[in-house]
Amino acid sequence: MSTAVGTRPALTWAVHLAVLLLVVIWTIPTLGILISSFRDRDQLVVSGWWTALTSAERNIVARSAPPDEAVEENGQWVLRGNVFEEGTGSISAFGISIQRPREFEPGVIAEMRDGGTVTVEENGDYIISYPEQPEGTRGQRLFVTSLEPPKFTTANYERVLFSEGIGQSFVNTLTVTIPATVIPILIAAYAAYALSWMQFPGRALLLATIVGLIVVPLQMALIPLLRLYNDIGVGKSFIGIWLAHTGFGLPLAVYLLRNYIAGLPREIIESARVDGASDFEIFRKIILPLSFPALASFAIFQFLWVWNDLLVATVFLGNNEEQLVMTGRLRELLGSRGGDWEILTASAFVAIVVPIIVFFALQRYLVRGLLAGSVKGG
Amino acid sequence: MALTQATRAPATADSKLISLLLTIIVTLAVMAAGLAVSVAIALAAYALIALFLPDSKLLWAVVVMVLGVAACFGYFWSSNKLLDTFYPAKGADVAANLTKANAIRPWLFLGPAIIILGVYLVYPVINSVVLSFYGPSGENWVGGYNYNWLVHDAAFRESVRNNILWLVVVPAAATFFGLIAATLTDRIGWGNIAKSLIFMPMAISFVGASVIWKFIYDYRPAGSGQIGLLNAIVTSLGGEPQAWLTIPLWNNFFLMVVLIWIQTGFAMVILSAALRGIPEETIEAAIIDGASPFQIFYKIKVPQIWSTIAVVWTTITILVLKVFDIVIAMTNGQWGTQVLANYMFDWMFRGLDFGRASTIALVIMLMVVPIMFWNVREARKGTR
Repeated sequence: MSTAVGTRPALTWAVHLAVLLLVVIWTIPTLGILISSFRDRDQLVVSGWWTALTSAERNIVARSAPPDEAVEENGQWVLRGNVFEEGTGSISAFGISIQRPREFEPGVIAEMRDGGTVTVEENGDYIISYPEQPEGTRGQRLFVTSLEPPKFTTANYERVLFSEGIGQSFVNTLTVTIPATVIPILIAAYAAYALSWMQFPGRALLLATIVGLIVVPLQMALIPLLRLYNDIGVGKSFIGIWLAHTGFGLPLAVYLLRNYIAGLPREIIESARVDGASDFEIFRKIILPLSFPALASFAIFQFLWVWNDLLVATVFLGNNEEQLVMTGRLRELLGSRGGDWEILTASAFVAIVVPIIVFFALQRYLVRGLLAGSVKGG
Repeated sequence: MALTQATRAPATADSKLISLLLTIIVTLAVMAAGLAVSVAIALAAYALIALFLPDSKLLWAVVVMVLGVAACFGYFWSSNKLLDTFYPAKGADVAANLTKANAIRPWLFLGPAIIILGVYLVYPVINSVVLSFYGPSGENWVGGYNYNWLVHDAAFRESVRNNILWLVVVPAAATFFGLIAATLTDRIGWGNIAKSLIFMPMAISFVGASVIWKFIYDYRPAGSGQIGLLNAIVTSLGGEPQAWLTIPLWNNFFLMVVLIWIQTGFAMVILSAALRGIPEETIEAAIIDGASPFQIFYKIKVPQIWSTIAVVWTTITILVLKVFDIVIAMTNGQWGTQVLANYMFDWMFRGLDFGRASTIALVIMLMVVPIMFWNVREARKGTR
């Protein structure tokens, strides 16, 4: 594009920087949960995800082996061991009372109240020595501050997928989403064809009504439909939610597809009619293949909308294992495990990864759909 | 005029009425038969498969999905087939048959759409109006009680206030950032990558986005390490960490940020397309006249895409009116963040008062109506 900007290097740099800033602001939130979801639980709770690559400081309370187990060495009774039960780290300070957990540098020999001495080395090895044979079954408490190397793990994902029910919810969401995407497309495509290429009384009125229905808030429909479902015995079932999503997505689908199908060249349809093709054949053999871009646009739109929906699923599906979808599960986790970020971040990422893949793979069609029908707004 | 026609040719009018009735009956019959055939086949297939399908949830999900979609396609196929057998396009009355079939077929194509729209959108609107005059269970008539309660309800007023805040801030901010992003990304080589990344939150569910942002707003007491980005920034600048989502009034804005973050990409994409549609000549003329880039932007470009800005604005406005997921996931309406959609949900599921909930839903509907008429007018302009 030949704008005045090209001639001013300073301004060009400003544009690059401004865009970079926008991109950073818009991606950092997602990056935050992505990185956090792979971090070790203990590190996640004490340090920000932006420090994930640096060593994390962690406070450990360890207990030494019981004094009974002390062995005699050169006239001293000695206990040896390591404060790390698992993993490694580098000790930066230790202490023997809870009030002063960082009292001593590693390697310093500290006097204990019962007469012995203790020291903790940087690698976590401790040596406790007593002048006489000690007694007791409770070991000395050691407070250590350790620097741990960054730890990354897939344990969070294993946990949410297999024991927190996200895996089952994933299947439930798929079961809701695919028919709720395909059915409205099929129904809307037939209706759009009729509205574009067939003559019947009341066509303009019908079209205007459909456009008007695009913006009807979902909230209006919930109570009447819930009552209706209970009255006719549909209850909380997948069929019920497919049809509900079909109903809510249909006005936009008909509108988008009609705009596209009505714009197809008249000659093709006319000549097919002359050749004796019925409307049903014309639709299947000519209209459907030709309107692929519009069908794809709407499909992505509807897919994202159904996959990401919480309201309709909460109202028309149950809260049980067989029916709870991912958005519902995520909301539940937010309530019941508000502080367990290792679970929340991994669950959130599982929930958003499919739409994001679909988004990046088929972005072109999504943009086209948005441009054609930016009246619904999700 | 109908009267003169009737007196002139009563016989024709009668036969017209009869043939119209006949057409309607045949249409309904064919539709019902088509639906019955496809559903019956789907159910039979379901029963048959049930005999030997292993007990796997995933497999069952696939079967149910395939059958659901197949039943839908089966309706169109079988109802059309039925119509063709009823009025075959051959034999003695080919012309008459074709006319009759052509009068019926549009309704076969439109049938499911009309029925579903009727049941899922038109009926609920009417039913909600009726329910708003009834008590909690929708059985006893209470007249204007619900409306009277609504006007005097403090939580409702809080919701309206918050909704108005949302309505003012979110569309404006999202459109503004979208316009800036669109203008800037159109000028640089890696603009498309930048656009993709800014657009990406659009694919994330509101609940997912709520988790993402709740993590950013996370609060730890002063002194301990902050794992929420916002508090980490605040403390590193020497401030006190805050529990952002509990600060009255301001917490509304922290919730709005989530929606702005999601919707900016949408605004950017639409506005970017509009900006590219501006004729080059107008911009070149401005450059020759010595206009600065900012003047070109504000005085040449923005006025030319004004109608697109309006579309983006109204689209986001409708979305804002329905905002629910973000509020329920992040604060559930506590600390003064209630909004209409969540308040309605509250009365529906926790209050179990369908009358009051319907009344609140009607208020949301009422706010959408002006946009609805505007849309219909614009669409009719477009199709003419």
